[in-house]
Amino acid sequence: MQMTRGMKIKEAKQFVASKLKISVPELTDPVVMTELRQDLQLGTMSPQPMDARGIEAKFRIAEALGISINCVNRFRQKTKF
Amino acid sequence: MAKIFTRYGDGTATEMSEAELMQDLEAGSADAAERGKIPALSQDELKHLFDIFASRNNFVSVERGHEVVLTYDAATLKIRRVGVAVDRIQALQIYEKIMGADTMELCHVDYSFKPLKPIITMEQPVLEQALLTTHIPLFYGAMPNLGIYSQPDGPFPNPAELMPNGKIAAAMESYEQTVTEAVKDIVTVASAMHESGADGINIDTVGAAGDADFLAALLATEELKKRYPGICIEMGMAGEFVLGMHGGLTYDGVRLAGLYPHDQLKLAQKAGVTIFGPVVNTNATETSPWNVARATTFIKAAGEIASIPIHANMGMGVGGVPVNDHPPIDIVSRASKAMVEICRLDGL
Repeated sequence: MQMTRGMKIKEAKQFVASKLKISVPELTDPVVMTELRQDLQLGTMSPQPMDARGIEAKFRIAEALGISINCVNRFRQKTKF
Repeated sequence: MAKIFTRYGDGTATEMSEAELMQDLEAGSADAAERGKIPALSQDELKHLFDIFASRNNFVSVERGHEVVLTYDAATLKIRRVGVAVDRIQALQIYEKIMGADTMELCHVDYSFKPLKPIITMEQPVLEQALLTTHIPLFYGAMPNLGIYSQPDGPFPNPAELMPNGKIAAAMESYEQTVTEAVKDIVTVASAMHESGADGINIDTVGAAGDADFLAALLATEELKKRYPGICIEMGMAGEFVLGMHGGLTYDGVRLAGLYPHDQLKLAQKAGVTIFGPVVNTNATETSPWNVARATTFIKAAGEIASIPIHANMGMGVGGVPVNDHPPIDIVSRASKAMVEICRLDGL
């Protein structure tokens, strides 16, 4: 959110927490976030087989947060006919 | 009373009494206040710093809820420099999966925009592939490094040779010419990497070669924002003070020479920088408390007026971190905690 919308940290945390439907303190809870990232397929530090990874996870992040991610846009452009 | 363990700015261990600790904190803050013509830290803030340094824990952290995100510079060359023989994409994966990095930066070992321009078509495929296999935001970074535009490395007469011979006007003209060429190189490289999908561009060690270096980064940022309004530009400074190597260069009517972080920030915001990374240099002969108090005073002044995210530079020799190849975690963690909790920082 800082990179795409220039948000300050407090605002960015509130925005992301709201989009992910969790509280701001839960954003930094590794147990909560690992479960959430796995449920929403946003990419984790220890991905399991069949989990979204790399650009797949970035697509999901863009969708979950409603933001434009440069490499995701490029991938879309490169893969459409 | 028990002595408090701490270090000097070069990392050497020492011990201080409570009175000595508070004295150094006040002196460090006062030094920054005098130089930058900014407020010194309040008594509450100094007491907070005192508590951080007086803690008997080796490693300290922020209070729950105060966590911030981290951006990095030159990580893919640093991991190889220490002898971990992986390619750059593997280095990025190590940072993401093993070190838990929030963001990452791809870079070339020749970490300057000028040498990248002729090899940009070799850099783009690496970035494009890296973006497919990582999920954290990925910057591409390099330095303006205006020093390499001067002879014998570059095309322009060397101001360091002209000035001692009294050829001041010629030296100034040389700096002005290097700015024009550096802007072209930064814009060319950054545009290519943005087109290849980079999530952001890091212009690193801005101001390392003085005011001309800072001006090149500002003008390049302006041009890149015109071409790509949504582009993320992170500007990481080289030092706390812009050296007036030219002395007369201005941006938006403001002379660049002599600017401290809070004034550097204003121009960076005007140019369109997305994330600003201010620097405060560590004095190796003063204590870490002195250095951290000084650094937080400078950075707090920037944080209070910033409308863009601020990621203070916290590395070897900057941000109160000791000048040492292996910055000791006791001071790194204290400096980081101080920065986050006293300054209105959005990251490190």
